[in-house]
Amino acid sequence: MEKPKLATTSLAGCFGCHMSFLDIDERILKLVELVQFDKSPIDDIKEFTGQCLVGLVEGGCANEENVHVLQKFRKNCDILISVGDCAINGGIPAMRNDLSIKECFEEAYLNGPSVYNPSGVLPDDKELPLLLDKVYPCHEVVKIDYHLPGCPPSADTLWEALVALLTNKPLELPYELIKYD
Amino acid sequence: MSDNNLKRVVIEPVTRVEGHGKVTVLLDENNKVKQARLHIVEFRGFERFIQGRPFWEVPVLVQRLCGICPVSHHLAAAKAMDIIVGGENITPTAEKMRRLMHYGQTFQSHVLHFFHLSSPDLLFGFDADPAIRNIIGVAAKYPDLAVQGVMMRKFGQEIIKATAGKKIHGTGAIPGGVNKNLSIEERDFFLKDIDKMIEWSIGAVKIAKDYTMENFDMVKTFGSFESNHLSLIREDGAMDLYHGGLRAIDAQGKNIFDHVDYKNYQDYITEEVRSWSYMKFPFIKSIGTENGWYRVGPLARINTCDFIDTPLAEKERKEFMALTDGKPNNITLAYHWTRMIEVLHSAEKMKELLNDPDLQGKDLVVTGERRGEAVALIEAPRGTLFHHYKVDENDQVTMANLIVSTTNNNVPMNTAVTKVAVDYLSGVEITEGLLNRIEVAIRAYDPCLSCATHAMGKMPLVVTLVDHNGTVIDKKTKE
Repeated sequence: MEKPKLATTSLAGCFGCHMSFLDIDERILKLVELVQFDKSPIDDIKEFTGQCLVGLVEGGCANEENVHVLQKFRKNCDILISVGDCAINGGIPAMRNDLSIKECFEEAYLNGPSVYNPSGVLPDDKELPLLLDKVYPCHEVVKIDYHLPGCPPSADTLWEALVALLTNKPLELPYELIKYD
Repeated sequence: MSDNNLKRVVIEPVTRVEGHGKVTVLLDENNKVKQARLHIVEFRGFERFIQGRPFWEVPVLVQRLCGICPVSHHLAAAKAMDIIVGGENITPTAEKMRRLMHYGQTFQSHVLHFFHLSSPDLLFGFDADPAIRNIIGVAAKYPDLAVQGVMMRKFGQEIIKATAGKKIHGTGAIPGGVNKNLSIEERDFFLKDIDKMIEWSIGAVKIAKDYTMENFDMVKTFGSFESNHLSLIREDGAMDLYHGGLRAIDAQGKNIFDHVDYKNYQDYITEEVRSWSYMKFPFIKSIGTENGWYRVGPLARINTCDFIDTPLAEKERKEFMALTDGKPNNITLAYHWTRMIEVLHSAEKMKELLNDPDLQGKDLVVTGERRGEAVALIEAPRGTLFHHYKVDENDQVTMANLIVSTTNNNVPMNTAVTKVAVDYLSGVEITEGLLNRIEVAIRAYDPCLSCATHAMGKMPLVVTLVDHNGTVIDKKTKE
């Protein structure tokens, strides 16, 4: 029987959830017996090769591109999981939600103490994707099936959740694995 | 000639960076490369939204810039907040706990980059089947090596957990010190494996060294160029990843400045804003924007330091420097070799610290006269990291300025991409070889685009070659 597929992505996150995933350490060799990696930053697969059983999403949506990627994940994954505080709440990047993008830009590119910007240029090239007005949690953009809290969720949390889903067991995690920190 | 007469090649790293970084190449009418750019396409706004937060929160807040090397931000911010609380002369126990945390992090981060992300290129070659170019592929063909990489990273992560409380986004460093020491049980847990870590590190240096020497004709020119180099340096000229003064040298090894007190960094370094990237472009003020840019990270640190204060790594440093007769090494792919020398150095340093009884000391925090402004630098795995804060009388942050390691390498990465594009892009056809090689050149810098965007090593690419009328001439995807 063909192994089910697993896809992962990092949107407006810090990659810490992916690092925590790698903290399953040698268990990754057991994981690849249960699952085949599809689109993910930890391999070289650029586009979905087919329908995936599980999709792990780190980070919220801060720009238009994050939204496109998230929508693609919803379409291609049977079970979509928000992993970590940024995906679930917007996280630290959502601290900009009370501010205008203009204020943030001025601080970074005009007023900062080490900025050299005689012509007052701001990053506005057409190669740069448009920022959203706010940073949105994933479930405000698409339907999310499960939330794994933590900053980041521990490797054990990710391991237990994945093994349960991949072996068709009920996803019942003890409190120690689903508390924030 | 206006840009309208140029052809444009877009190289868009999609999966590994989820579009947060991409490369464009402009060709002139003779299909020669006129310009190549690495765009950083993510923006967060930390400098602004941190304003108003209490200063003691900063070490746990700013590390959320980056989950790949959070300890660097955690410690740089803590060093700055030491100054704010008047506790910069931290206790020996506090300094050694922080150093242990930092060496643990440098060890795991370098190992992650080398084994998990770059070893497939070195082991399988630039033209290997992309399907096997990942850590699982390495595990299938070289199981012992893959397990070593996984276990070395685990060791570094466990050190971080023991010193910071958590493997990722810990809380160990606080303004004026640390919040725990190392128990005897924790110490002994690490001491039983540390010699194996040193032995494996020696093996990792050998892999990187052998690769360089066996492929030297290609390696010496690949994405390579002369540059200035910048790092922190200890008072006696030794490599020091945790603390020191700033030293910059030129491509021939001549000092540009030396032992600069980093609180005056604004007199020496400034960052240019360009419209096409969210990442700024730092340069040395006295030289100017055109030629004042510099490299940071393992290659720069090995080039700038006079010596390494651990014997095994020092032996490897000497061998490395002999390759260029003691002059700075400007070979981009030599980053891998120097990175592994630092892995060995970190392992030796961890052993030294684990055997130091100060780690069981109970004096953890000092405070003194409260101050309103602080600058702190640290050598993060990827290079020099600058943090600068102002805090008001209500303990709220009023200004934050961060120059992250990968930002310091912005111009070098762009230069490497240009060099590879010039050397390997011929005519209007995009070859698989070009895609692979651009990836390899960027990866040598171990860009933590997480700090500026977020990305890890490998980037499947989409390249589209468009002529000046917008017609697609060629398109190729590497998956």
